[in-house]
Amino acid sequence: MTTEPSEPFPLSFGLDTFGDVTHDDEDRPLSHAQTIRDLVEQGVLADQVGIDFFGIGEHHTDDFPLSAADVVLAAIAARTNRIHVGSAVTVLSSDDPVRVFQRYSTLDAVSGGRAEVILGRGSSIDSFPLFGYDLADYEDLFEEKTNLFAELLKGSPVNWHGKTRPSLHDQDVVPHPESGTFPVWIGVGGSPQSVIRAAHYGFSLMLAIIGGSPARFAPFSQLFRQALESFGRAALPVGVHSPGHVAATDEQARAEFWPRYREVITRFSKIRGFAIPTEDSFMHEIGQHGALHVGSPETVAQKIAQTLTSLGANRFDLKFGMGGLSQQALMTNIELYGTEVVPRVRELLA
Amino acid sequence: MSNDLRIAVLGAGHVGPVIARAAVEAGYPVTLAASGDPQRIALIAQILAPGAEPRWAADAIANADVVVLAIPIHKFAAFDPALVSGKLVVDVMNYWPPIDGMQAMFEDRQCGSSEIVQYRLAESTVVKTLNHMGYHELDEERRLAGSPERRSLGVAADEPHAVDIVADVIERIGFDTVRLEGLRAGRLLEPGGPVFGASLRRPEFERAIRAEAA
Repeated sequence: MTTEPSEPFPLSFGLDTFGDVTHDDEDRPLSHAQTIRDLVEQGVLADQVGIDFFGIGEHHTDDFPLSAADVVLAAIAARTNRIHVGSAVTVLSSDDPVRVFQRYSTLDAVSGGRAEVILGRGSSIDSFPLFGYDLADYEDLFEEKTNLFAELLKGSPVNWHGKTRPSLHDQDVVPHPESGTFPVWIGVGGSPQSVIRAAHYGFSLMLAIIGGSPARFAPFSQLFRQALESFGRAALPVGVHSPGHVAATDEQARAEFWPRYREVITRFSKIRGFAIPTEDSFMHEIGQHGALHVGSPETVAQKIAQTLTSLGANRFDLKFGMGGLSQQALMTNIELYGTEVVPRVRELLA
Repeated sequence: MSNDLRIAVLGAGHVGPVIARAAVEAGYPVTLAASGDPQRIALIAQILAPGAEPRWAADAIANADVVVLAIPIHKFAAFDPALVSGKLVVDVMNYWPPIDGMQAMFEDRQCGSSEIVQYRLAESTVVKTLNHMGYHELDEERRLAGSPERRSLGVAADEPHAVDIVADVIERIGFDTVRLEGLRAGRLLEPGGPVFGASLRRPEFERAIRAEAA
């Protein structure tokens, strides 16, 4: 059993999107189809500007029409050759782990070994009624399906027995990943038991920090490391997923992001019980003790460096986009993130 | 009440460890329990609520003056009322179908969720509090009495003496308290209500409650 902290993992930087519908020059929402085609362009640009990972979060609503992330990721993979592509997250609880494995091992084949999967319950829950699952069962569903997913990753033949899907007996599940496996993370929003679960299965930890001080999650990294050790496992990467927006100046980034953020969060507050954001709460969230990474390249780079340091994390995924922003604003965000923010964070942490 | 009041926190999810840590830091002896073997939550207690002792639920409850119920609400139907018979129970749970799914037991919209919890835990005294503030804020916004930054939590129960005891704990943990008369009035603290998800100082809190009740 290892007791020493392992070698640090290399820093890596990703972009995550929920496929928020973009608006045209006259602030009218674009079609789902155009939003999805724009998303492919965003992924291609992310590759060109040197970003390490492009992730799409599964959603099933009019605002976020990204129900089949893996199809979009395959399109991005076909036009790129360096960037990793993956889910952020896959709502495993309401999916069939066998299909998730098949889709992402197919993506792994298409992309030449660049697929990753982030598993989660998903903070958005539209998939449960859609596929006939009861939200009250989400823990049991997630636990059992994570268990099956871990079995599938060990390779075929698969033997598994559970309550949520038919058993597997010496089942060959194809396609076989070329290099035997692909990276799997568990997205955790604040449940310590999910941290332990990730360690138990040997999956990496992706902390989703969408409000409050990122440093508050430092004990979760520590919990993950100690849990890995207690299970006799080697160290694994820790990542952070946080929302933000980069523009040329702080003022511009705020002016673009704030009205959209207020609109989207106000809409969600009704169904999710969030407080409605005020200008004060927004300024707090983009400040040193908040979760939003909004501003000029320098401001965002400083904040990411601080977030990674306080959590002992080696991967940062910026959740970019916010319903209503224009494709142009998103492309600028991606370009600045890749060409200015990431090199600056590397410099700050060197 | 003295700091010798023994507190058992049931639930090692998002909220339980945050409350356990706050109580430990306020000087109370605290135990933490989930469903099952305390070994399974030993690391969670050690790292997220250092000083709180992991225990079997029955053991934690038997040795506690105040039991904090911070389990997922969908597990409540299977919770044995006899376990907390005669105890003062702080109900932190929320019934919020869009997030947790529909629960037949809590579908009676004439009653608040804590009234239903009290009805089911007939041999216990139920106090509703700590439910309406996010767990981030519960952790980060604790302040000493008198601080201008100090936030407020509502406390509701049918028994005034129980409100006194729990309000004292909340004050020591680091929040002002606003007392509501009866669990029925505690419905003001529920999802969709005027203070849910908000983090308010006492005057703002009282104003929000008054505006809604008017």
